[in-house]
Amino acid sequence: MSVTSWAPSADIKTLKQRADILRTIREFFHVRNVMEVETPSLSAASVTDIHLASFSTSFVGPGHAGGLPLYLQTSPEFAMKRLLAAGSGAIFQLCKAFRNEEAGSHHNPEFTMLEWYRPGFDEFALMNEMDELIQCILGVESATRITYQDVFTQVLGLDPLTASLEQLKALACEHGFADIAKNETKKDTLLQLLFCMKVEPTIGQTKPCFVYHFPASQAALAQICEHDNRVAGRFELYYKNMELANGFNELTNAKEQAKRFDEDNAYRAENGLNHVPMDTRLIGALEHGLPKCAGVAMGIDRLVMLATNKDKIKDVIAFDVDRA
Amino acid sequence: MANYSTNEFKGGLKIMMDGEPCSILENEMVKPGKGQAFNRVRIRKLISGKVLEKTFKSGESVEGADVMDTDLAYLYTDGEFWHFMNNETFEQIAADEKALGDAGKWLVENDVCTITLWNGNPIAVTPPNFVELEITETDPGLKGDTAGTGGKPATLSTGAVVRVPLFVQIGEVIKVDTRSGEYVGRVK
Repeated sequence: MSVTSWAPSADIKTLKQRADILRTIREFFHVRNVMEVETPSLSAASVTDIHLASFSTSFVGPGHAGGLPLYLQTSPEFAMKRLLAAGSGAIFQLCKAFRNEEAGSHHNPEFTMLEWYRPGFDEFALMNEMDELIQCILGVESATRITYQDVFTQVLGLDPLTASLEQLKALACEHGFADIAKNETKKDTLLQLLFCMKVEPTIGQTKPCFVYHFPASQAALAQICEHDNRVAGRFELYYKNMELANGFNELTNAKEQAKRFDEDNAYRAENGLNHVPMDTRLIGALEHGLPKCAGVAMGIDRLVMLATNKDKIKDVIAFDVDRA
Repeated sequence: MANYSTNEFKGGLKIMMDGEPCSILENEMVKPGKGQAFNRVRIRKLISGKVLEKTFKSGESVEGADVMDTDLAYLYTDGEFWHFMNNETFEQIAADEKALGDAGKWLVENDVCTITLWNGNPIAVTPPNFVELEITETDPGLKGDTAGTGGKPATLSTGAVVRVPLFVQIGEVIKVDTRSGEYVGRVK
């Protein structure tokens, strides 16, 4: 250990700005009657998403001599939905979220998330509210909006909703990703590759940009749209090469949700990924009845990066993983 | 040679790419909140010197390259090869013109250079950061003119040409930064 390693990765001036932003966010929700809540960081179940890796540990103590397996939550989504089902009304949470296998200039394995839910809102009403919050914190103009299909087609000249695997492979090769494309069997991997590397750098450069109606195959916990079952009520917010937030018109159907969890675990079994226990308490809450609602999660560290003009996440958190 | 997964990627790691040994310059994880993670990597090809960007699916592995740097003293050239020696083992290695690249103009006998070996063969020669060389040719210039007027070109004993201040004369030994090719000072 070097003697200098005690020092924070962010400077104190930035941490003050960060504190101001957190206060502004709390005030924003306070005046809108959205209740602040806290939910467990450690839970018996976790997310089955094939692209998320949870940390796990074991509780040993009264009642659990043999150890109770617990997962650090990758987002507070499941527990917050249980509060919504219990009649909480509109809620928000500012908390730490934990994701294994993620570190870089825009990622730290533990990070700060703002998540909020609005019963009675659809994804468009929630985008409006989010737009207000972003303007209030970053002092930017109102965000633009475009569908996933339109922006992908405009930038890459191929319709992502009708393209075949072969067409996507050819397009990926054209853009220098032949090594990845040649053995790829999942359309979504190629869509994500092309979107991340080629579409994202072209959007939200001068003002924030909402991309909505993501492909149904990337719905996660969003409803499939009634008007077009190829797309889901899922949106993302981008600004200056940063993915800032992901929102859903929330899936309320318990059976459909359980089916998606099972499909994830089937894929995990086939591909040598660990099995993640399905959150049956969330399924129970959906069976009881989740009010129609929209919810969104935003990366607060990235928001602070934009507000303070820093390009590395370690510059806006007191101690990054290498100094933790 | 061992394989390296994307989690082992970092600046300086040597990997094989298109049959050529490469050095990783920068490694950045790119991952959408919902979706596949990728590693966007800047790589320098060690033989051609080309720098390129390459994207990997996170979790993939690539073959490592058996590349190592060794410090050897420059002995002499026979016109075709440049000969270097390990001062401890006295083992000698000969680098050809391709491996030598631009390093030739900075080679001073007995100076210790870094020789990059791939599978035991030299592919690059890096001279010391600073070398001391005698000026063999330069315009007389004005004695006493120490103002920063941009200086004048001077040819050194190895044939290298650098800009020097006007007061520096033929026969003097100067110190040069080989990374930038810039004059540092006179050696007294």
